[in-house]
Amino acid sequence: MAVAGVDIGAVATKVAILADGKMLSIQILPSGYDGNGAARRALRLALEESQLARGDIDFIVSTGYGRKVFSEANKSVTEITAHAEGAKAVCPSARTILDIGGQDSKAISLTEEGQVANFVMNDRCAAGTGRFIEVMARVLHVRVAKMGELALKSANPARINSMCTVFSESEVISLLTNGRSREDVAAGLCESISRRVSIMVRYVGVRESVVFSGGVAKNVGMVAALEKELKTKLLIPPEPQIIGAFGAATIAQKSLEKEESAASSLRVEGGYPVTAISAAPLTRGAVAPGVEGVTPPLGDSTG
Amino acid sequence: MTNQQYAEMWKDLGLNLEKHDVLLNALAKGYGDLFMTQKNRPAGMGYFDFVISEVHGLRIKELVDRKKAGKKIIGAFCLYVPEELVYAADATMVGLCGGADFSIPDAETVLPRNICPLVKSFFGFKVGATCPYFNSCDMVVGETTCDAKKKVYEVLADYTPTYVMEIPHKVDTEQSKALWLSEIKLFKQQMETLTGNVIEKDSLKEAIRLINEKKKAMKRVSDTRRASPTPISGLDALLVNQVSFYDDVNRFTLKTNELADELEKRNADGVGVGDPSKPRLMFSGCPMAIPNWKLHSIIESTGVPVVAEESCIGSRYFTDLVEPKGDSMDSLLEAIWDRYHNISCACFTPNDDRVTKVVDMAKEYNASGVVYNVLQYCHTYNIEAIKVDKALKKAGVPMLKVETDYGSEDVEQIRTRVEAFTEMLSPV
Repeated sequence: MAVAGVDIGAVATKVAILADGKMLSIQILPSGYDGNGAARRALRLALEESQLARGDIDFIVSTGYGRKVFSEANKSVTEITAHAEGAKAVCPSARTILDIGGQDSKAISLTEEGQVANFVMNDRCAAGTGRFIEVMARVLHVRVAKMGELALKSANPARINSMCTVFSESEVISLLTNGRSREDVAAGLCESISRRVSIMVRYVGVRESVVFSGGVAKNVGMVAALEKELKTKLLIPPEPQIIGAFGAATIAQKSLEKEESAASSLRVEGGYPVTAISAAPLTRGAVAPGVEGVTPPLGDSTG
Repeated sequence: MTNQQYAEMWKDLGLNLEKHDVLLNALAKGYGDLFMTQKNRPAGMGYFDFVISEVHGLRIKELVDRKKAGKKIIGAFCLYVPEELVYAADATMVGLCGGADFSIPDAETVLPRNICPLVKSFFGFKVGATCPYFNSCDMVVGETTCDAKKKVYEVLADYTPTYVMEIPHKVDTEQSKALWLSEIKLFKQQMETLTGNVIEKDSLKEAIRLINEKKKAMKRVSDTRRASPTPISGLDALLVNQVSFYDDVNRFTLKTNELADELEKRNADGVGVGDPSKPRLMFSGCPMAIPNWKLHSIIESTGVPVVAEESCIGSRYFTDLVEPKGDSMDSLLEAIWDRYHNISCACFTPNDDRVTKVVDMAKEYNASGVVYNVLQYCHTYNIEAIKVDKALKKAGVPMLKVETDYGSEDVEQIRTRVEAFTEMLSPV
């Protein structure tokens, strides 16, 4: 029994394939202008890697910004639900989730039972998201993937006050012109974003374990700044960018079980048996549950 | 409606015909897309569809005819203006348009940008000369509820005759009652001066009866929405509430009672709209002046029904009636105060009464969650959300706050939030 989760983000499209609760493969591609096309391509590549045919996939759940455009999905769920499922599947002790993607950021709190208790998303603009970091990396002439390392070298982060991408760009240029080092400015940007998104996390409540997911969680400078700001350890999944897709795949598996149990008329009164996706080892990187410390493999894209 | 047919009338009212045509075409398209595509609508909504199709036509002609007969038209933006006194003076009251993004660019040629969209929208209709209701009014009655309205009425007075009632914000004191009662008496005098009609006890009693009957009909429609499945969509029910502000009172009451009959029958037959297994959402917060259908249409596009509105376009309007305890003019006026000071607008302080009402309503309508609407820059409703959220949480009803204006650029973000909220209420 194989299922797939497809997370079509504003910047990247992610696919996760599960079989019998085990992660078989993942794919991350740029979404480009055609989310549906990117999703099909990512799914095809993931299937190849899993040595599965399209017909082997019994259920697909889509999520993310482009969830409604993916014609092959059996069902779609919002990013909130997908990330909550994904984070608690890789880290059962998760009670708070911060996800920073390409164009949105969200904080989610979970109940003791792992249900979404509250959530908050950033408003209309892309401040404090991967897109912001991308723009700033360009100004700093550093690859996005290396910006975090650059920030960690600073002993004296610059203070950046504006959160607007356009205004911040001016501020950064002005700081650099006035002789501040790229390291200080990079660290200052991480602190600036951290201050902003920490408000969202505090709004839903900081309860351990706190999972940090999304492409931006690959930025070690951001992780350090957030841990300092929130005064808590952040758990970073080995491949933080696919938590939404993984969550969607988890939901696909549950949906399939629900359908099958309904069909076999063996349905137990009061619900269907939920098979925990037990600490499914990700094929790339280390095992996730209870992961301590920061071991993010640096990718090339955010979001 | 054929725009040609009424062009002369609109020209006489001083409308900007070119701009007005753009508005009407946009309205017709928006209405068609949102309302006429709904499935299984009650037949009684046909009347309201007709009203909308003639919103700037037939109804305006009725008002113009009344004006020709020497009667006065009063425009208002707030529930606190006692319409009983308007009708007792043989005048007609209309709630003015303030729910469209369309008129905001006109408003911003005069007003600051960072104020509430409702205030900008109504002001823009006047400045842009695109609202025939506004241009039919002999007097606009404002009130001191929020700062934006209060100060904009001062500016509006340069464009149209404007009268402002003072509404006290700390309502549970003797001083406040005395002030409010004196404001009601002053307004009575103002209506008498404007119309030349003395408001007698009998005409006031008749006006009270007229408005009470209208509210009872609206309450009947609202009560049917406690059923599951709900017999009418939130969007249609919202429209009934919006139309109540400018339609002819007797005709509206008749048609709304007919709709209520149909909805009661639907409930008896177990007929409804939507999927009864889905969560039921209640709406609470800022008013949605016509044609603001944004949040309702977003919510219902995700397949969940809105079952109640705790709003001025909603329960705050029709829940309480004016119920005089005696027969003297004083007791009639006191009954008016008594009813009006019970409308718990967020401009009041403290306003625990509203918090209690929201929680009670959520229970009465069996709401799974509350979507709390804040019009951008509406500080009172925005801040009061904290107390409402806390009380709802205690009652086990989750709340989603949405702060937005009339623009469409955030529709998809809001839809995602509403869907996530719905998923939270009924986990996979």
